[in-house]
Amino acid sequence: MINEPQIINEALSETHEQLAAADRPSEDGLLEIDISGLPAGELVKWLEDMVLIREFEEALEPLTLSGKIPGSVHQASGQEAVAVGVVRALRPGDIVASPHRPHHHALAKGLTPRAVMAELWGRATGCAGGRGGTMHLIDFSLGYFGSNGIVGAALGIAMGAALAAKLRQNGQVCVGFFGDGGANTGRTWEFVNFATVEKLPLIVVCENNQYAVETWIRREMVGGTIAERAIGFGLPASQVDGQDIAAVYAATVEARERAAAGGGPTFIEAVTYRYRGHNTGEVINYRTEDEVEHWRATRDPVERLRSSLERLGQLRPGQFEEIVAGASAVVQDSIEFSESSPVPDPATAGDRVLVTPFDEKGLA
Amino acid sequence: MTAVTVGQAFQQGLAEEMEADDRIFVLGTDLFIRGGHFAQVKGIGPRFGHDRVIDTPISEAAMVAAGVGAALNGMRPLIDLNFIDFAFGAMDEIANQAAKSSYLWGRPVPMVIRASSGVALYSAQHNNSLEAWFMHMPGLITVMPSNAADTKGIIKSALRSDDPVIFLMHKRLTGVRGEVGGPDELVPLGRAAIARPGSDVTIVSSGIVVNKVVKAAEVLASEGVEAEVIDLRTIFPLDAQLIEGSVRKTGRALVVTEEPPFASVASEIAAMVQEEVFDYLDAPVQRVTAAHSPIPHSPGLMEALIPQVETIVSAVRGSVERWPSTEA
Ligand SMILES: Cc1ncc(C[n+]2csc(CCOP(=O)(O)OP(=O)(O)O)c2C)c(N)n1
Ligand SMILES: [Mg+2]
Repeated sequence: MINEPQIINEALSETHEQLAAADRPSEDGLLEIDISGLPAGELVKWLEDMVLIREFEEALEPLTLSGKIPGSVHQASGQEAVAVGVVRALRPGDIVASPHRPHHHALAKGLTPRAVMAELWGRATGCAGGRGGTMHLIDFSLGYFGSNGIVGAALGIAMGAALAAKLRQNGQVCVGFFGDGGANTGRTWEFVNFATVEKLPLIVVCENNQYAVETWIRREMVGGTIAERAIGFGLPASQVDGQDIAAVYAATVEARERAAAGGGPTFIEAVTYRYRGHNTGEVINYRTEDEVEHWRATRDPVERLRSSLERLGQLRPGQFEEIVAGASAVVQDSIEFSESSPVPDPATAGDRVLVTPFDEKGLA
Repeated sequence: MTAVTVGQAFQQGLAEEMEADDRIFVLGTDLFIRGGHFAQVKGIGPRFGHDRVIDTPISEAAMVAAGVGAALNGMRPLIDLNFIDFAFGAMDEIANQAAKSSYLWGRPVPMVIRASSGVALYSAQHNNSLEAWFMHMPGLITVMPSNAADTKGIIKSALRSDDPVIFLMHKRLTGVRGEVGGPDELVPLGRAAIARPGSDVTIVSSGIVVNKVVKAAEVLASEGVEAEVIDLRTIFPLDAQLIEGSVRKTGRALVVTEEPPFASVASEIAAMVQEEVFDYLDAPVQRVTAAHSPIPHSPGLMEALIPQVETIVSAVRGSVERWPSTEA
């Protein structure tokens, strides 16, 4: 019952210097992906989802640096295939919970760019009414059980939601995302162990983008891959190429089937890469530009799906540019919507702490 | 009506609510067979089955996370943390997850965390008093019953509340007997009770300390001082109205708790009383608390650090002597 982990990403065993010196792939350099197993009629929509995420993320840095979005945010440019590949393998009633780098998950799960953008702006029209910001996005009606400011915590919420799904026998499958950094916090493994013991309908997805802030995973983790670590907990675990939407989708479909059939949780380590800094405004001095370029040139998840679709004639010439222009317009609209949206009423700032009504005199 | 122990009162209240609401389940360590380390859920496992009484690994973060996620997804979990000291390993799930959801997301977390608390045996790491920590955290309700009837009535209310409730059961009360109410008798959250009426001094306390305060009140009565004893029952939201009303009548207030003194429940009540009913006070508000110390093993050492009947009596005596009532 234990899967052999597949080490598909050689970059993990190389140093930064080796990587930088590595031969560049030929021609356009892009590693091909095999999309023959994917639902053909839907793939343009998947590409649109990924492009929308990319456009959304790429718009954020100036907005945070100018202060229009209070504070900084964590962008997921480069990680689109993980979000879209996972969510597209789910059913609508399924549940997703995200860590602090969540916009790609939220948008993939169906939150509108307006609802997410306005939340980042702290506006009343945001998905949490401006109370949450980037690390507390929410839409329970879409099965989006929140982004979370605490490393490792989102997996716990997804695990608990999966316990409820099991007890209620309602067929829901829950996904908890976390990062490579989250693979080094103890609670993550408490959750994995408990979910495995209880055979919960949970999919544990580690987005290994190889850095926790500036800390390279190879410097803070010994004893093999994150997936290999997971195997010790007795659940099926594998490492997939997170820049290959077909691989992510296939792994998630299999995990979902297992979960729905009562077979318990599955652990997926998706090896991915973030193009931007840990947060907007970060000065990146812990990796080389070469390394980033290598990932972009050989494994960009949007380009890989695009080129496959073009090769198969499923994307006509010029269509990709139209998709980008469309996504860009939608993001622009979300910015204008946020800018013109009201701020929340300060008189409400202390509301809803408890359902039980109380004031300084006690029970109100 | 026969008297039952506080532990049995808890079982009764829990079982009645589980019977009435199949969203309620219990989760924790050593529950199904043993019934918990204080027999607080004895018999519940065999009666309701493994889907409703879930034994877990010793993973406090996972226990509370399971509760939070399940509550957000339609269930009403009771998480049994065994000793409240073990909450340290789940503090993020309690303070940063359970306590934040209603505020951030408008979806409350109807979850009860039951734990044994208060000063008893087993030394420093098993005898932390965390009620002030929870009181300090917006988004939590904290309760601390002092007798069997309230234990049953409050657990029933807690299980029906939409908010996260920290249910603290004093270790040394577990075997104390008392009569309890029927299936429809609930004790509301947020309402203190007058354990003994009096006119000369208001003494506020909670949990097991109420019993010591009542004994102290009897001693004081023999000296002509009638103490009104308030049993908080709920630590937050604090029943300020009842406390303030009593102090307006008596003109004197003493708070007695078993926790360390700094930034404590006692400090909070003392501050509140002097802010709100200063004009009625004949004397400064007093606090009798435990010492600012961990709790040691040897019983004599332990008792030396916490309020006793005699310390309570002499605090009141001292107040009356130094600041005699203005009406007298
Ligand atoms: C418990 C906790 N510790 C530290 C932090 C601060 N922090 C926020 S994100 C982050 C890095 C997380 O890295 P990873 O899990 O790999 O996610 P990524 O940022 O790469 O998406 C840290 C240390 C936190 N939010 N929570
Ligand atoms: Mg990372």
